[in-house]
Amino acid sequence: MSGGPGEPAGRFRAEVRDWLRAHVPARPLPSVDTAEGFAAHREWEHELAAARLSVVSWPAGYGGRDASLLDWLAFEEEYYAAAAPARVGQNGLFLLAPTLFAHGTAEQRDRVLPPMATAAEVWAQAWSEPDAGSDLAAIRASATPADGGWLLSGTKTWSSRAAFADKAFGLFRSEPGAQRHRGLTYLMFDLRAEGVTVRPIRQLGGRTGFAEIFLDQVFAPAADVIGEPGDGWRIAMSTASHERGMSLRSPGRFSAAAGRLVELWRQAGDPADTGMRDRVVDAWIGARAYRLHTYATAARLAAGGTLGAESSLGKVFWSELDTALHETALDLLGPRAELAGDPGPDGDPGLTGDPGPTGQWLDGYLFSLAGPIYAGTNEIQRTVIAERLLGLPR
Amino acid sequence: MTPGRSAEQAQFTASLHDMLADAGVPAAARNWAAGDRAPGLAVWRTLAALGVTALAVPERDGGLGAGLADVVGACEELGHHAVPGPVAESVAAVPVLLAALPGDAAAGGPAGDLAGGDLGGGAWAAQWLAGLAAGELITTAAMPPWLPWAVDADAAGLVLLAAGDVVRLAAPGARYRSVDPGRSLSEVAGGQVLSRGPAVAAAVTRALDAGALACAAQLLGAGRALLEASVRHAGQRTQFGRPVGAFQAVKHHLADVAIGLEFAGPLLNAAAAALDAGDRHAARDVSAAKVACTDAARRAARTALQVHGAIGYTEEHDLHLWLLKVRALAGAWGSQAEHRARVMAAISVPAGADGAGREPPAGQPPTGQPTAEQPTAEQPPAAQPTAEQPAAEQPPAEQPAVGQAAAGEPAWS
Repeated sequence: MSGGPGEPAGRFRAEVRDWLRAHVPARPLPSVDTAEGFAAHREWEHELAAARLSVVSWPAGYGGRDASLLDWLAFEEEYYAAAAPARVGQNGLFLLAPTLFAHGTAEQRDRVLPPMATAAEVWAQAWSEPDAGSDLAAIRASATPADGGWLLSGTKTWSSRAAFADKAFGLFRSEPGAQRHRGLTYLMFDLRAEGVTVRPIRQLGGRTGFAEIFLDQVFAPAADVIGEPGDGWRIAMSTASHERGMSLRSPGRFSAAAGRLVELWRQAGDPADTGMRDRVVDAWIGARAYRLHTYATAARLAAGGTLGAESSLGKVFWSELDTALHETALDLLGPRAELAGDPGPDGDPGLTGDPGPTGQWLDGYLFSLAGPIYAGTNEIQRTVIAERLLGLPR
Repeated sequence: MTPGRSAEQAQFTASLHDMLADAGVPAAARNWAAGDRAPGLAVWRTLAALGVTALAVPERDGGLGAGLADVVGACEELGHHAVPGPVAESVAAVPVLLAALPGDAAAGGPAGDLAGGDLGGGAWAAQWLAGLAAGELITTAAMPPWLPWAVDADAAGLVLLAAGDVVRLAAPGARYRSVDPGRSLSEVAGGQVLSRGPAVAAAVTRALDAGALACAAQLLGAGRALLEASVRHAGQRTQFGRPVGAFQAVKHHLADVAIGLEFAGPLLNAAAAALDAGDRHAARDVSAAKVACTDAARRAARTALQVHGAIGYTEEHDLHLWLLKVRALAGAWGSQAEHRARVMAAISVPAGADGAGREPPAGQPPTGQPTAEQPTAEQPPAAQPTAEQPAAEQPPAEQPAVGQAAAGEPAWS
């Protein structure tokens, strides 16, 4: 086993690169937001897990490598550079797992993490509600004490991966009279349990990337509460910090896209078009700045520092960079930018044209448009920056 | 603390900050603009006492031989306080130039031996470097085309003209007023040739990169000062019964300023580390830093003026010292267009051929040093830890084909 603690990081990176080179499917998998694609992505996760590459930053006991933050960043860079498949288990891996490591019990970790690592169980997040989006503390879905656990009722929405996932986690109001962030409980629940109805929602690109979850007296055992009942807000905020900060958006994603953009410019750019040239350069500079900043942050954390409201700086930066980068690519492609790479959800038999690889830029662009909205809108982030980092009055 | 800077460097810049905060720099800058150099020169003497003017001077010449990572940190603080005078020139570019000139032990001082033409870089360079290190000499230079005029030539004890493969003593000619009242711009007439040749061209290139980076650092520091002033003002100025900083529109503009400055800093520090290491991508990194620091500082300046309102549009208020310096430095040491072109020239060469033997675009200084390493093999070796990236940072050697899918899906909330 290479890449363990104390070994040179370059060896781990090389191992990851070699493995991906040998295993990443030559043709992109079908969309993860189809039954067929979801199954294919699950299969891919099995392969990753067999190589102990699905959860490298986890302890070895749970199938990981105990990878340092820097090794994890290296893994992510190689993963995106290899254009490897989307991580179907992302919500569980990057949101729930850090929460369990920080706040869960040993029993919960032993029960939940191993099947998560292999994608035998895929987790969806269930934060938002119809009336609780940016204002997450307005949550109304309830958890009522019942024999041996809780009964969950209410509506969760914009729930990523819920259309095909197995389980979900979110916040529920367990003390009816409590206001705002008080009296909320962090719970895991089974999406196949009695009383759960999942209504897939089609996204901008036609895919059902998220869903609405209706809960009607759904039983969740007491063992599926994370932390203490009523302490859910504090626990969820620690997860949110993971989501916005280091874990969810590694620089590898943008470095790889910026590299592809420069290559597109080389092939399709007009050298006389200095306006376009400057946009390509700015996207490349932005991706490099994000990467350098992330490595500096990782070094600071490795030296015992903490990550708080500063993660809001990065969230706004990468999400706007991602959109600008993909818009630049589409503008470079001219009329071809209109071509969708994804064949769409309905399997239209009349679609006989092959858009070629350029269609992937449109898919990436539509995906990037979500960035400024999810994981705390950029408006929420700017307010956090202004009040908590700059000290402007509330 | 700027991301990517060591604790030691942060400590040095913090002490520099404390010193400058007590040195009455805004008043000195106003006097400087009015032609009274004395208070500004006193600030420079204090800087010299702290070692700032000796940072880029080699130890053999009485300096600290500190490397550009430290020079850049100091220049950022000088920009933070809007210190008047030829900062990028005297603290960075000229000492770097003089230290990089080919040595010639037989050369005499310029006064006695100028008739001979090419003097090499011998005793006179050492003498000037010693003067810089001791704080007895302030220098400036014109380095066309990036730097067509010499800044504050009348305050400098040494004016150079460096272009291509020639460095000359220069005589200041016609003088212009800068948008920044704390800068004066002089045309220079080339005088005696001090040094000439291929090694001189490399030294000039290195000096240009050092100067551009020092200028970027000043811009970043000025941008930080503008943000701080804006936050202070927005917290104090009351309208509609509450501080204007409580309004979301103001908050969000200032948050964008903070984001721009935050992500420009690592580019600056990485470029300094690359120059110090002789990295073959150093020129690219310098230009990326200049582009990002300029954009971030300009956003800070525009927002600062908007947040201050009419009071910010006056000469009475000190804000103008920073606002106008940012505008002046934005075009100095290479325009945004030139630096973006230099980045593109470096990044758009085919994989495996980057950095080697590529002609720079017309009008650009050479992008690499003749001594720069040749490109490494396709698979780069493991990186040595640097100030910028503590370990394990190597870019993937290959980029996948255009248009391949990017992985990753959002989690909504």
